[in-house]
Amino acid sequence: MAEPLLIVERISRRFGGLLAVNAASLIVPEGRITALIGPNGAGKTTLFAIISGFLKATGGSVRYAGEDITDEPPHRLARRGIARTFQIVQPFAGLTVRENILVGAHLRHRAREAALAVAEQVACEVGLADMLDRPADTLTVAGRKRLELARTLATEPRLLLLDEVLAGLNPSEIRDIVPVIRGLCVRGITIVMIEHVMQAVMSLAEHVFVLAEGRMIAEGTPAQVAADATVVEAYLGHGAAAKLGGAHGH
Amino acid sequence: MKAFAPILIVVALFAAVPLVVHSNVVLNFLVVALMIALAGQGWNILGGYGGQYSFGHAAFFGTGAYITAILQMRYGVNAWIGFAIGIAAGALVGAIIGALTFRSGLRGSYLALVTLAFAEVLRILASVAPITGAGVGTLIKLDLRAQAFQFQSRAVFYWIILALVALSLVIAKLIERSRFGAWLIAVRENEDAAQALGVDAATVKAAAMVISGAITAAAGCFYAQYFLFVDSGIAYGTWISIEALLTPIIGGAGTVFGPLIGALVVKALGEGAQLFTGDAPGLDLVMYGAVLVLVIAFTPRGLIGGVAQARQWLTRRPAKAEVGHG
Repeated sequence: MAEPLLIVERISRRFGGLLAVNAASLIVPEGRITALIGPNGAGKTTLFAIISGFLKATGGSVRYAGEDITDEPPHRLARRGIARTFQIVQPFAGLTVRENILVGAHLRHRAREAALAVAEQVACEVGLADMLDRPADTLTVAGRKRLELARTLATEPRLLLLDEVLAGLNPSEIRDIVPVIRGLCVRGITIVMIEHVMQAVMSLAEHVFVLAEGRMIAEGTPAQVAADATVVEAYLGHGAAAKLGGAHGH
Repeated sequence: MKAFAPILIVVALFAAVPLVVHSNVVLNFLVVALMIALAGQGWNILGGYGGQYSFGHAAFFGTGAYITAILQMRYGVNAWIGFAIGIAAGALVGAIIGALTFRSGLRGSYLALVTLAFAEVLRILASVAPITGAGVGTLIKLDLRAQAFQFQSRAVFYWIILALVALSLVIAKLIERSRFGAWLIAVRENEDAAQALGVDAATVKAAAMVISGAITAAAGCFYAQYFLFVDSGIAYGTWISIEALLTPIIGGAGTVFGPLIGALVVKALGEGAQLFTGDAPGLDLVMYGAVLVLVIAFTPRGLIGGVAQARQWLTRRPAKAEVGHG
């Protein structure tokens, strides 16, 4: 088998006295959906920021498509095909939905007409076709999440890093967007998603990595990870797994 | 072509003015207003579209003015060639300041202060260096021939500055419709998000400063030919930095016509104030301040934004609360 699309090897990041990410490794095979989960403050977003070039690693390396891309700036990574969404959505608030997506589309298309065509097509794919001329700051939270996704898709990525695109959505909105994400994977885009909505992780991801206090503490299929005692303890506190096990016994 | 129709109409209307109006006072007023509009359009490319607020566009204006004057008077270079070199020098100064500031990641008020500092350093250098004529300044010899870029008739100067403004309007429109423009506006709206979408923010901003510098320098070159005199206080003075940024902000930053509208309004108000109060020094500045406060209070997106707001209000479409960017 060919080398996996993304190999994160022993990445560390220190903020002063805090080791936010501690020698975390991650392997993402091409064409799959991989999830990165973990309790709040585990370092998931920090790890994403390092992979996508927004933060420099204190140590370790990132390989993408067979090349070392550690500490490359974000715009160059985007050109290589790595796109990310932001946990806190960052729309170009003064622009319309169409203009927002256009910025992404321009990465691969210099001509305005071609880029506009891509923008419209992407808007259809994520369900924003009716809102192309609305100012981005009039969208609902769900709309902004879709816009965030649309803009990154317009860059025609090979690897998509989704940082909590489902957070803040209600169950029916989640039901609407999960098939969109699955569709992207079917189209051949490799996806790594940070997600707290476990129901979505269970249904979407084939492989799950668990980060807690900066360390990768477990990996496996969603079912394996959910049953892992260290994972349960990371979320619920020391001794929780034993108590839960005990509760089952009664 | 349809996108350029408004520019064509506006320029055609302006071009007809000297055919109807022969008053030198009016023409002189319009020449100065158009020159400020040109300087303002330069600022608008970087500040209006790119959101990078420079407080030192005098650095470009002054470089254009001095280069044009010095090349003619000290090196005997033809005025038209001097004019072209002056514009190129403005672009070069833009490239240098852009590389230094944006490579080191300066944003917001830091950028404003550093650009102001660049202009001040140039002003002080120009006021002592022998080549600029130091405190005396540089006088361009009167030579009323077309090949010396000097004309008896105000109308010819008027048409030349109008042609330059027309060119700057076309450049702004072309940028608006290009990939570079989309990237530049994206950087203004959210630099991190733009970078995530593959925009090389530092390079885009530096390129904007090169274009910006060239356009504002063109206004400086014109100043030298029109008034035939430059000194450090005129060329690199804060007055031009202020006018270059006020006119687009008042007219509508990040719009094609913003600087032109702003320049006409600001200059008309300045003249009006002088009519009523005689020559009390500094009154035009008080006027600018008052207009700026009013515009920012009521139409944060400038007069053009204000017109759009009013139209929305009149057609009774429920206007969404506008959130000013930046």
